[in-house]
Amino acid sequence: MTNGAERKIRAVIVDDEELARQILREYLGAHPNIELIAECANGFEAVKTVAEQKPDLVFLDIQMPKLDGFEVLELMGTGSAAVIFVTAYDNHAIRAFDVHAVDYLLKPIGRERFEAALHRASERLSGKAPAMPPAPDLAAAARPPSQYLDRIPVRDGVRVYIIPVAKLDYAEAQDDYIELHAEGKKYLKQQTISSLEAALDPARFLRIHRSYLVNLERVARIEPYAKESHVAVLSNGATLSVSRAGYARLRAFLDR
Amino acid sequence: MHPVFSPIRRLPLYLLAWIPLAFLLAYLFSIAGGVSGRESAMLAFPLCLIYAFVCLDAWYLTRVTPLARSGFARLVLTHLAGAIFATELWVLSARFLVKLLFAGDPASLMRIRFPAEVPVIVAMGVMLYLLAVAFYYVVLALQASQQAEARFMEARMLARDAELKALKAQVNPHFLFNSLNSISALAGSDPAKAREMCILLADFLRRTLGLGEKATIPLEEELSLIRAFLAVEKVRFGSRVRMQEEIAPEVLQVKVPPLLLQPLVENAVLHGIANLIEGGDIRLRATGDGGWVTIVVENTYDPDAPARRRNGVGLANVRQRLETRYGNKATFAIATEENWFRVTLGLPKFAEEPS
Repeated sequence: MTNGAERKIRAVIVDDEELARQILREYLGAHPNIELIAECANGFEAVKTVAEQKPDLVFLDIQMPKLDGFEVLELMGTGSAAVIFVTAYDNHAIRAFDVHAVDYLLKPIGRERFEAALHRASERLSGKAPAMPPAPDLAAAARPPSQYLDRIPVRDGVRVYIIPVAKLDYAEAQDDYIELHAEGKKYLKQQTISSLEAALDPARFLRIHRSYLVNLERVARIEPYAKESHVAVLSNGATLSVSRAGYARLRAFLDR
Repeated sequence: MHPVFSPIRRLPLYLLAWIPLAFLLAYLFSIAGGVSGRESAMLAFPLCLIYAFVCLDAWYLTRVTPLARSGFARLVLTHLAGAIFATELWVLSARFLVKLLFAGDPASLMRIRFPAEVPVIVAMGVMLYLLAVAFYYVVLALQASQQAEARFMEARMLARDAELKALKAQVNPHFLFNSLNSISALAGSDPAKAREMCILLADFLRRTLGLGEKATIPLEEELSLIRAFLAVEKVRFGSRVRMQEEIAPEVLQVKVPPLLLQPLVENAVLHGIANLIEGGDIRLRATGDGGWVTIVVENTYDPDAPARRRNGVGLANVRQRLETRYGNKATFAIATEENWFRVTLGLPKFAEEPS
């Protein structure tokens, strides 16, 4: 892994188009200090490769089969890898990159621009530049306005689960993690409950408690519980505490 | 222009409307003065003809005193002054007519009884003039609403034209930039292939530009545009794009709006093939049945893939264009079946350009 005094940068290219991978490979070929350890043609492969090989640098296409670039980033976690996004044309994403000072390359990729991005990435790797912003924030900023998440990717080791939001019963906050409950199964994901709340359609998901975000379609009834407090009973029998503010929000929703 | 004179054929109709009024006036004359019906009519008919023309000028007064923007006092004063003036004119003409018609007739009662008829003339004069004013206000309101409607229609036509132009000129930027990236990659590894791709891309772009100016094209031409598009996409996606065509020979010459099917095929690539690791199939079928053409564009897709950002925009555009062109004479249906996504279009078969 080391080459004399200088440690080689281990890079991965993720793009579903062979020709798009080819040009990055060609440009990387001019850099002996960078070792291309893998090429991935889709999001699943990318998540697996990153989890197993822990590269330093990832070139990540946005439009891909199975998982798009943002979902891949989300599942990679806030590891030490520097990410350079590659996209053809995507107004919202480009604005989000600019705001969050994330490196990106526009297709067709020019050599000079490529070198500049590579330079910034190596500075980031050597700790001279700020780290990447949290992935969910970046993905939320890159999403066109008024478009909500319709599925949630979750990684367990090298396995990736995709939960359509319609199947999500509720999410429970657990410190820096959220526990997603869907179809009787539980999935743990590193994300805050507020950032998930912001990404979901507020007409379908309601924060009924500091720790609970519930799918309104699953709420069977609201029952009083002790003095001045309530619980929500879901159609699968689960009961969730409802805070006073959550109860007010529920009432406001039902009165609408 | 005065509504009674434009067009001029309205004038006889207008005068015809005065005939019952002349009968009414004659009747009133005979009662008020006790004169014979013949003499009453002799005076009433020419008098009404004169007043028919006098009342025409109420139009100009109503036009300079618009109902919505004039105060009540101004409205009343203007039209009252108009009515008094017109009535005064009418009384004078009546006096003159009586002298002209009955001077040589010693048996005429009208000559003697005329002073008794003056109140009738004054009352009728004021009333008819004000009726004319009311009538012209109605005409003005009708004209305004017609103009507003015409403007609205015009604006809608312009908007539609603009939309169509934009639609025809539209080349998906994704497609363009990705293709340029492929060319750039090939330029290093396979210059001959890069050149070929440049030519394919140029061919597609040139066709798109040329088609934008036409209202309709033969289906055959649209199909060859689609083939040019897919030739470019095949360089990008390689064996991931598979295309099958089943086109009945009798529909090849059917006229269709340009770029009607290309967005559907583009959609099939963007939302179908691009999301499938192993690639997918696109099937294009067209059949004719009497005066009807059915076109089916179907592709395999990943049912688990999220609804992509642009999804639906292309489809909505095609549906919108069909509606503008054919009204309810065309059909547009979307269906999914397992991993197939299918758009079915039904169009009337036009030999000529549809209106």
